[in-house]
Amino acid sequence: MTLKYHIISTLVEDKPGVLQKVAGMFNRRGFNIDSITVGNSEVEGLSRMVITVHADEKGLEQVMKQLNKLIDVIKIKDITKKAVKRELCLVKVNIPNAKARAEIMQYSNIFRAHILDVTEETLMVELTGDKEKINAFISLLEGYGIKRIARTGLTAMSRGV
Amino acid sequence: MRGGEAIIESLKNMGVKTIFGYPGGQTIPFYDMLYDADIDHILVRHEQCAAHAADGYARASGRVGVCLATSGPGATNLVTGIGTAFMDSSPIVAITGQVPTHLIGNDAFQEADIIGITMPIVKHSFQPKDPDLIPSMIKTSFEIASTGRPGPVLIDVPKEVQEGELTKFDDTLIETPGYNPTIKGNIRQVKKARDLIKEAKRPLILAGAGVIISNACCELKKLAKTINAPVMTSLLGKGAIDETDDLALGMLGMHGRKVSNDYINESDLLIAIGVRFSDRTTGRLDSFVPETKVIHIDIDPAEIGKNVDVDLPIVGDARNILSSLNKVLDGYNPSAEVNDWADMIKAKKIELRPRVSYDDVPLKPQTVIKEISEALSPESILTTDVGQNQMWAAHFFDTQKPRKFISSGGLGTMGFGFPAAIGAKIACPDDPVVSINGDGGFLMVCQELATVREYDLPVIAVVLENRTLGMVYQWQSLLYNERHSQTLLGNSPDFVKLAESFGVSAERITKPGETKDALAKAIKDNEPVLLDVVIDSEEALPMLPPGAGINEMIGEYKLEKDVI
Repeated sequence: MTLKYHIISTLVEDKPGVLQKVAGMFNRRGFNIDSITVGNSEVEGLSRMVITVHADEKGLEQVMKQLNKLIDVIKIKDITKKAVKRELCLVKVNIPNAKARAEIMQYSNIFRAHILDVTEETLMVELTGDKEKINAFISLLEGYGIKRIARTGLTAMSRGV
Repeated sequence: MRGGEAIIESLKNMGVKTIFGYPGGQTIPFYDMLYDADIDHILVRHEQCAAHAADGYARASGRVGVCLATSGPGATNLVTGIGTAFMDSSPIVAITGQVPTHLIGNDAFQEADIIGITMPIVKHSFQPKDPDLIPSMIKTSFEIASTGRPGPVLIDVPKEVQEGELTKFDDTLIETPGYNPTIKGNIRQVKKARDLIKEAKRPLILAGAGVIISNACCELKKLAKTINAPVMTSLLGKGAIDETDDLALGMLGMHGRKVSNDYINESDLLIAIGVRFSDRTTGRLDSFVPETKVIHIDIDPAEIGKNVDVDLPIVGDARNILSSLNKVLDGYNPSAEVNDWADMIKAKKIELRPRVSYDDVPLKPQTVIKEISEALSPESILTTDVGQNQMWAAHFFDTQKPRKFISSGGLGTMGFGFPAAIGAKIACPDDPVVSINGDGGFLMVCQELATVREYDLPVIAVVLENRTLGMVYQWQSLLYNERHSQTLLGNSPDFVKLAESFGVSAERITKPGETKDALAKAIKDNEPVLLDVVIDSEEALPMLPPGAGINEMIGEYKLEKDVI
């Protein structure tokens, strides 16, 4: 049984309790959701949920089938292979000195991150990218002292038509 | 028309004649409107029994059962019953009162988030925030509960919605684009099944509750006869085939018939229909049909491959699929090898018939079940509780028709049998209804003796009295060094006096022959009766210990042929 990383994109009814039902289903069948993002879709009244999860083949098949049984779930697709993945991350980092401030701004440039807020002691930076890029950026900033991190979790869409 | 009246009207439109319920603070408006309505209400004595009765009604009739409870504790008392119906795919609609909308979330008196609490054990749930939504929600609830793989649906109605005036009565089905059960089996898969059947030399059929739910018993019989395949059933599949038929082997599984458990792995093709391969049916999975090809027919795609790897899945309604399978098998004649196999199994069935004849005192439960079976017509409905009483009934009672053996399989709910019998009696007033209970489970729901008395429901409760929690006691005897921790029930109550205090006549039975006579008299009298049958507390059923394979039963399997 090898656990693999999967990205599941689902179209669900935009109703109270649907997130709870979907999340509850994963939990009940013994899967830990790595991340889940929800927002409006292109269809009014329907939301798109992007769920990332570690599962073996049989487990994934079972969880997809169980999700399909939820009446509020309209469509469900494993888009792992063709996915464009993005996550948004906000980081508040300490600025011990002026040199540090310059370095962080340089790194932000290289990573195409944006500075959102500046104080004398801190910088708030916004970065978008896949998980690896965000992790790399965060590890660069760790030396300065990170005060806070907020990540949205992954959203994704399959490439092509 | 007010919300509560719309509930009643909608239920009547769905053909509901009787509901099972218990009033409370947040359902007073509904009950006030029920006062003038021409719909029957059975006042049970505990909400859990309302859900079990609705479930028993549904299983006996195939129609949706309806139960009702107030908010908070009333609603949470339904939970076990809803979970029982969910595990066994039984169509019930549970209606609960809820605190007024403006109080929801405030921890108001008797407030519980029953939608949240029941989320994993319902097929779907609704909470109308506007009385206008009630007719649509009720109709859609019945649609969802009864189609596809059936299951419970909950409707949680805030108090002010029960009282609010409707602007119009519109019962258009709510759109559910995410709900499209597959009914028709894929014909290519059906033809592949035919080919596998033609190649098979030792075919077997395993029939589950799905066969009964989809009313496919005639089609099943036709298939079995055409291909000359012996049929075994799961616990809830009892009645899918007449168990007195030569080809019917009886129940498979942890406490299954020896012939079923011993020979399933000898088959080269297993046609499994409407079963979910529960662990209690299969035993350890890697020694369950390791060499056998498996065709799995089920309406729920999530059941395919969940427990047992399948060579050929066919998703759809069992009746639809079996009738097209029978069609493509038209003109098929089983080979000599197939007929030899079937003859061998039929002979084994007779040889391995479990022993039911004893003249021991205290009574052997096998004999009690045998006498019950002799006293009942094939139309009679038998409900069971959970534990040894259930397994004795399942093992030794030959069920001849569908919907005549009603038992809590998946959830294994003690206290199910007696209230389920009440529901079954309402559904089938002309058929004798007998519930077989242990003394432990019966005491959980004995207050329903008041219900059968007040409504003059001629339900016969057989209490197999061994003063133990027998199934756990048996496990402790066999697997835990006879350390009978908390499984001895002592001497109280006196079940005869208990029943009589409710005005229900009762009889204590201690000797062979008495059960049959008392039962025959009770059926003739058409009155509620309790039979307190004192049985041998040391009698244990052969079983698969946990982790054992299907053919690794422990305990002595006594055979009728060895009776001297």
